[in-house]
Amino acid sequence: MEHASGFVLPNSGHNRDAEASKMGMWLFLFTELLLFGGLFIVYMVYRMINHEAFLLSSFELDVTMGTINTVVLLVSSMTIAMSITAIQKGNIKLSVNLLYATLAAAIIFMVIKYFEWSSKIHHGLFPGMDYYESLPKGEGLFFYLYFFMTGLHALHIIIGAVIIGVVIYRTKKGLVTSEKYTLTENAGLYWHLVDLIWIYLFPLFYLIH
Amino acid sequence: MATVSTDLNYLQGKKGLFSWIFSVDHKRIGLLYLYALITFFLVGVTLGILMRLELLNPGKDLLEAQTYNQIFTLHGVIMIFLFIIPSIPAVFGNFFLPIMLGTDDVSFPRLNLLSWWIYIIGAIMALSTLIFGDGPADTGWTFYAPYSVKTGTNVTMSVLAAFVLGFSSILTGLNFIVTIHRLRTPGMTFLKMPLFAWALYATSWIQLLATPIIGITLMMIVAERFFGVGLFDPSIGGDPILYQHLFWIYSHPAVYIMALPAFGIISELLPTFARRTIFGYKAIAFSSLAIAFVGYFIWGHHMFTSGMSGTGRFIFSILTFLVAIPTAIKVFNWVATLYKGSIHVHTPLLYALAFIFQFMIGGFTGLLLGALATDIHLHDTYFVVGHFHYVMFGGTGFAFFGALHYWFPKIWGKMYNAKVANTAFTLLFIGFNTLYFPMLIAGLMGMPRRYYDYLPEFHLPNMISTFGSWILAVGLILMLGNLIYAYFKSKEKPGRNPWGGITLEWQTQSPPPVQNFDRMPELPKNGPYDFEHKPTIKE
Ligand SMILES: [Cu+2]
Repeated sequence: MEHASGFVLPNSGHNRDAEASKMGMWLFLFTELLLFGGLFIVYMVYRMINHEAFLLSSFELDVTMGTINTVVLLVSSMTIAMSITAIQKGNIKLSVNLLYATLAAAIIFMVIKYFEWSSKIHHGLFPGMDYYESLPKGEGLFFYLYFFMTGLHALHIIIGAVIIGVVIYRTKKGLVTSEKYTLTENAGLYWHLVDLIWIYLFPLFYLIH
Repeated sequence: MATVSTDLNYLQGKKGLFSWIFSVDHKRIGLLYLYALITFFLVGVTLGILMRLELLNPGKDLLEAQTYNQIFTLHGVIMIFLFIIPSIPAVFGNFFLPIMLGTDDVSFPRLNLLSWWIYIIGAIMALSTLIFGDGPADTGWTFYAPYSVKTGTNVTMSVLAAFVLGFSSILTGLNFIVTIHRLRTPGMTFLKMPLFAWALYATSWIQLLATPIIGITLMMIVAERFFGVGLFDPSIGGDPILYQHLFWIYSHPAVYIMALPAFGIISELLPTFARRTIFGYKAIAFSSLAIAFVGYFIWGHHMFTSGMSGTGRFIFSILTFLVAIPTAIKVFNWVATLYKGSIHVHTPLLYALAFIFQFMIGGFTGLLLGALATDIHLHDTYFVVGHFHYVMFGGTGFAFFGALHYWFPKIWGKMYNAKVANTAFTLLFIGFNTLYFPMLIAGLMGMPRRYYDYLPEFHLPNMISTFGSWILAVGLILMLGNLIYAYFKSKEKPGRNPWGGITLEWQTQSPPPVQNFDRMPELPKNGPYDFEHKPTIKE
């Protein structure tokens, strides 16, 4: 902002500052990690107390579906990283297409999650259902944490998908260019985090036997 | 960038409510916080005075037991989440951090506005429990499980409010960290930043790294109430101690979110009024970081009596004592700053001195609570209540008032009546100590906290304490009245630099122009408090 006397401050919060935006995103990702960190602590504590029950319950989960979803997310992390490279090189069309691919992966993930959840709910494993209430406490806790943590993660997938949608829209409008692509980078950072959290959730619930 | 066509200050220019509540100017946002905070503070004070009235005499006089429980919970929630956690960073940090760094705004001005809106939404949620649902929570501000899972009062809404407010706090912290890294004026290295900026920097990191834990913990409480799954309630398979751990992992560091900015204020006030550079700049700057770091690992001292292994208690106690070291370093440096200074006694300095006195009492009583043997006797007594208020109100609260008197001429370009301000200060100081010191004694005698009634042997300290609350109330009214009167009626123009300070905010006009400076601010040669080579400030 300029003053009548013509004086301009060298640093301004209203200037475009890609470094600042990325730094802000990184800091925000810390908070997200800690949010899940609290849940990981709870998981760890109850897993230690109810070792047997957690082991037993983990066999109920569908490892195949979980694996497919893991692969889907890993691929999507790759496509969004490639999309950033594409925009850096000025290839707008490729960048947008790769973003669409990432978005598609998010949707596939959610569809598979939907089938997983509905089969669990069908078996009465959701908190409050009759069968759930008849389970021993440890197993109940396992499924409760399963729904809580994968649910919160799924919420992040949805938020990530919305963000990617915004990036696609803004790229198409020409607001994201090879000079100015912080938005894509930040969306990528966020998406990698969502991916990373799943990489922890997957073994914790499906694999540790 | 948009060009501002005139030399209007930030209060002139656009007028009307919407130009304020949708403003992205950090100065206006700081004032938005100030007005909201003062309002909630007065609500909290009123609740506190009600409690003191009930406790004037033993037996039930004024409030039902249940109402009393709800009132002390709401008092805690309002004072902690709505007033003291945001207080100094949200008001004075927002207003002065960019100016002291020599820039025109924070790094993310729109995010800054969003934080304020989130804060207001959280505040409305917290206060809505007064009207909607089954009444405000009666759990105490700690929301301890299993009672918070079982009680019929509106815990869910209070807890959700705390969650939302935490989000606002995170965004403010994030904004400040990036601002400090990116927007310092050329020539201002980290070690030439004012200490207030250092304090905000350390605070922001705690806000960022601790708040998410309470967020998710509170969500677990909500889910537990909703689905009836026992994460924390032992009767359905949960572990209440786990809740306490998770709660204090945030809430102990949160004590430093409340205290560190106050340390920053004191480190600004003393050099200005002693006309001398701060003693031990680096020690003060780094001790803030040390407190922030060690403070992260000592939460267990709140749980010495709730079931913890001997080893665990031993470790938490030692670490707690460790925090006293960086804190004492600050106090020694402050006192050394005054030594051989050319001390100018003005109202803000009085608040700073009261801060040191009261914070020391708060700190020493804290050590008694951090020691294993004495804590067994003192835990959950009025000693804790006294200690906590000495730190939070006698410390942060007084620093807040000191800052308000220090920067009042800068913010509004007007001056308050110094005599009235000093009288108000005296009343506040006497009232405060009359109110809270007897609590320490009642606690030593064994009076438990959080009851609306007490045994007759505790009558005397309680009576004195309630008298103190009246003196304090008169002091508050006088102080605010004096400032409000000055805001509307003052003819006195304080000029750029009424106190002779040399940090950058004193080099610009009062009130500051929209872009904060009308000419390039000049840095003193050797750091922010170099009174030997101070820049000449022309009107
Ligand atoms: Cu503590």
